[in-house]
Amino acid sequence: MGLKEFIEKSFKKSPWVLHYNCSSCNGCDIEILACMTPLYDMERFGMVNVGNPKHADILVVTGTVNTRNKEILKNIYDQMPDPKVVVAVGVCAATGGVFREAYNVIGGIDKVIPVDVYVPGCPAKPEAIIDGLYKATEILKEKYEKMGKAEEVLK
Amino acid sequence: MTLNEVVIFIAAVVIAPFIGGFLSGIDRKLTAFIQGRYGPPIWQPFYDVIKLLYKQKLLVNDFQVFSAYMYLLSAILSVGLFALKADLLMILFIMSVGLVFYIAGALSTKSPYSQVGAQRELMQMLAYEPMLIFFVISVYNVTGSFNLAQIMTHGRLILDLPLMFLLLGLVLTIKLKKSPFDLSASEHAHQELVRGILTDYSGPYLALIHIADWYEMILILAMIAILWSQNLVIGALIALATFFMDIVIDNITARMTVKWMLAFSWSISILFTIINIAYIYFRR
Repeated sequence: MGLKEFIEKSFKKSPWVLHYNCSSCNGCDIEILACMTPLYDMERFGMVNVGNPKHADILVVTGTVNTRNKEILKNIYDQMPDPKVVVAVGVCAATGGVFREAYNVIGGIDKVIPVDVYVPGCPAKPEAIIDGLYKATEILKEKYEKMGKAEEVLK
Repeated sequence: MTLNEVVIFIAAVVIAPFIGGFLSGIDRKLTAFIQGRYGPPIWQPFYDVIKLLYKQKLLVNDFQVFSAYMYLLSAILSVGLFALKADLLMILFIMSVGLVFYIAGALSTKSPYSQVGAQRELMQMLAYEPMLIFFVISVYNVTGSFNLAQIMTHGRLILDLPLMFLLLGLVLTIKLKKSPFDLSASEHAHQELVRGILTDYSGPYLALIHIADWYEMILILAMIAILWSQNLVIGALIALATFFMDIVIDNITARMTVKWMLAFSWSISILFTIINIAYIYFRR
């Protein structure tokens, strides 16, 4: 295995997850925390829950976006270094769910930031979340490869 | 410097981070085992560091870059000088210079988390630096020298310095930022301070700091190993046993406060040093 392959593998094997509750009802958040318990243990894929956007690779967002927290969500996304992947967990984060018609709700988080993986469910099951995060690691690796190609083109 | 010394220096500098990364991989696996989880693969720390090295560079200011490199450089130098059997006091001072840069880099940003983390790291330095100096003083009391080559002619220092060995174990716990002393960086995703002193170090510079931490871990383990320099394999086994003891302590204790850490470490270190030096005098 050459150095290039090892770097690509590292991106797939070491995703650090940042979790943001974007006015969610806490149902999906409890399920995300359940992913870290001994029963599901997402650290076996190298996923670590970090609290700092500057260290994160994957942004996990639960809940709908409203007019008050769209700035915060955008700010967190901008603080993350490239390559980065966004996972929308739960039906609220995907489309707005039952809250989509509320006067303060903008909709799913894809109205504010680009989303790569949608995990359905109300709340999403921990198995589904881990599946989504694993899919996100593959996208992270692809994004790193694309970053490399872009740099070559710029040279 | 002869050619032989250059080869030893380079070998130590190249091998040390691999051992350090491997040990921290074992640390994560063992912690997972104690918590009843499956745990990450044993090579996980290497994946983490390589990934961080190739992430985008996000900087708050340029001084951070300088301080991260200085921290790594001083850690490399201290491990290399240890392999060359240089002066023990000089090695300690070179290690401290790097840590001062590490803290100054964290203080140079405006993030309050980074600032509080840096203050706590200073307190941690204040807790373990006296222990290391006391250790060197007691070694001098037994061997009559600060020079590692001369110290290592005394085969079984651990029999003369049993309490200093315990103190070195305590230094290792504080240095690795394990519970009950994980004050400055909030290990294990506790996140009371986001990431404490590491908050504003990101991407490649965080990777440099991780590598430097591995070097420093190896340095403290090597200091434990020379307590049985008659046969360095036994010395290494003693160091490994101390390391595993620290992981167990990490998993069975809760985080304490900075004040408690200072009171505990100073009282323990002064008490143990006085008893141990008295023991050396009475044995003569």
